[in-house]
Amino acid sequence: MLERTASPLLAIENLQAWYGESHILHGMNLEVQAGEVVTLLGRNGAGKTTTLKSVMGIVPQRTGSVRLEGKELIKLTSDKIAKAGIAFCPEERGIFASLDVKENLFLPPELKPGGLSASRIFELFPNIKERLRSQGTKLSGGEQQMLAIGRILRTGARLLLLDEPTEGLAPVIIQQIGKTIQMLKSQGFTILLVEQNFRFASTVADRYYIMEHGKVVERFKNSELDAKLEKLHEYLGV
Amino acid sequence: MFEIFGIPSQALFGQLLIGLINGSFYALLSLGLAVIFGMLNIINFTHGAQYMLGAFAAYLLLQLTGLGYWPALVIAPILVGLSGIVIERTMLQWLYKLDHLYGLLLTFGIALILEGVFRNYYGSSGQPYQLPPSLSGGQNLGFMFLPNYRAWVVVTSLVVCFGTWFVIEKTRLGANLRAATENPTLVRAFGINVPRMITLTYGFGVGLAALAGVMAAPIYNVSPQMGSDIIIVVFAVVVIGGMGSILGAILTGFGLGVIEGLTKVFFPEASNTVIFVIMAVVLLIRPAGLFGRTA
Ligand SMILES: Nc1ncnc2c1ncn2[C@@H]1O[C@H](COP(=O)(O)OP(=O)(O)OP(=O)(O)O)[C@@H](O)[C@H]1O
Ligand SMILES: [Mg+2]
Repeated sequence: MLERTASPLLAIENLQAWYGESHILHGMNLEVQAGEVVTLLGRNGAGKTTTLKSVMGIVPQRTGSVRLEGKELIKLTSDKIAKAGIAFCPEERGIFASLDVKENLFLPPELKPGGLSASRIFELFPNIKERLRSQGTKLSGGEQQMLAIGRILRTGARLLLLDEPTEGLAPVIIQQIGKTIQMLKSQGFTILLVEQNFRFASTVADRYYIMEHGKVVERFKNSELDAKLEKLHEYLGV
Repeated sequence: MFEIFGIPSQALFGQLLIGLINGSFYALLSLGLAVIFGMLNIINFTHGAQYMLGAFAAYLLLQLTGLGYWPALVIAPILVGLSGIVIERTMLQWLYKLDHLYGLLLTFGIALILEGVFRNYYGSSGQPYQLPPSLSGGQNLGFMFLPNYRAWVVVTSLVVCFGTWFVIEKTRLGANLRAATENPTLVRAFGINVPRMITLTYGFGVGLAALAGVMAAPIYNVSPQMGSDIIIVVFAVVVIGGMGSILGAILTGFGLGVIEGLTKVFFPEASNTVIFVIMAVVLLIRPAGLFGRTA
């Protein structure tokens, strides 16, 4: 097991979550240090998305503890959690069809200082700049993903929750997203990343958590990846 | 005096004007319904009663405080809008996740109560409301006489309707509203207070109904059932335009007012039913309405 540092940026303890009658998270424990990229792996239906949504306050039925810089978030609504400094990029990307690309990009309000400027985002994702007037959902899958990531970089949130940003995308675009994550890390952003593609994850992650049936079953550092490979295959069934 | 298709121009343009006036009210009311439906997912059957409340607010402001048409035009929509906010906070907000039917029943019940209370105090006969003196009189355009007040109603309705359309389609605030209509959960997770936006949207839609009520007061009488008289037609307008389309609500409102007016000239027997006939035809051909998106 890993050493614990005094105060993680994000600390999840005994997090439980329900959708109506179905109990999905059964006591998640997870920590993210400031500046880290932590990847959450697990099979389909393990509860990865539910974990991110519970942190973000989108799943209303949840108990346990989620702390950001020591501040308890478990009782807050999602707008308050966003204001505390967390931004969420959903698995389905959440690009709005009734908004053009520019409106999509500027939809999340700036909640704190320290976000990226629009021109910096256009440098990262030049495609977006060329399509500002298009309907958001007319973009290609890769462009929509860049827009979905780009728009939360403006908000000033320092903790980003990214849910499978590479899902269904071409290798060149996956590479571009990988570079973006590395750049964000070098700028001091903290990222909790959900991935199925652990080859991609291994290019950006500092540490991993593996979850199964709504619980963490394994945690290790990137340097331990090779040693854990066999176990990983077993857990992920790949 | 000249004739068009054998109809004297005075009669034709006169009915066209009446059509535009009615269309102005249809547009304002169906716009409010569309805005409310988009954000709240509720078919606001109280809308007609809130239109009536606007007219009565103007009437009572005059009777009780001596405030005339112009102050009432601002104060009545604010007061009635605030009453809408109270209804949303205390009742409607609990229904969003349920079937449309619950919102419909609740708002219909509130409409019946409001109408009943006013009928109890004011009877069914209407109370007259004076034209503002600054808008009395009219212009002789040569081919017809145009009363100033009616011109004012049409122009104001156009300005308010297209102003609302502009805010929703072209501004940052409107982008927030459209996004929250599409995916309120995600918009809230971006740090936007969606529940407050929903409350204010309802207040605004209700305020629009009240504004229409104030503008209607000098033309029709102020009476408890004025809302239920017009709202049936407005719901037909909404069905024809397609629920939830802003521009559709405006264009259909004006368009059907004009069609109704022209029917009075060319085929008077059908003038009361033409909108419902169109509704039936549209429902057969395009069930989602002329401007509606099929789900
Ligand atoms: N809105 C919902 N209502 C009810 N059950 C849900 C809902 N969303 C997810 N679930 C269930 O919760 C469990 C965990 O789902 P979750 O989306 O968190 O998994 P995941 O690890 O993100 O999977 P994937 O890799 O497929 O994205 C699954 O069994 C899923 O069917
Ligand atoms: Mg998922």
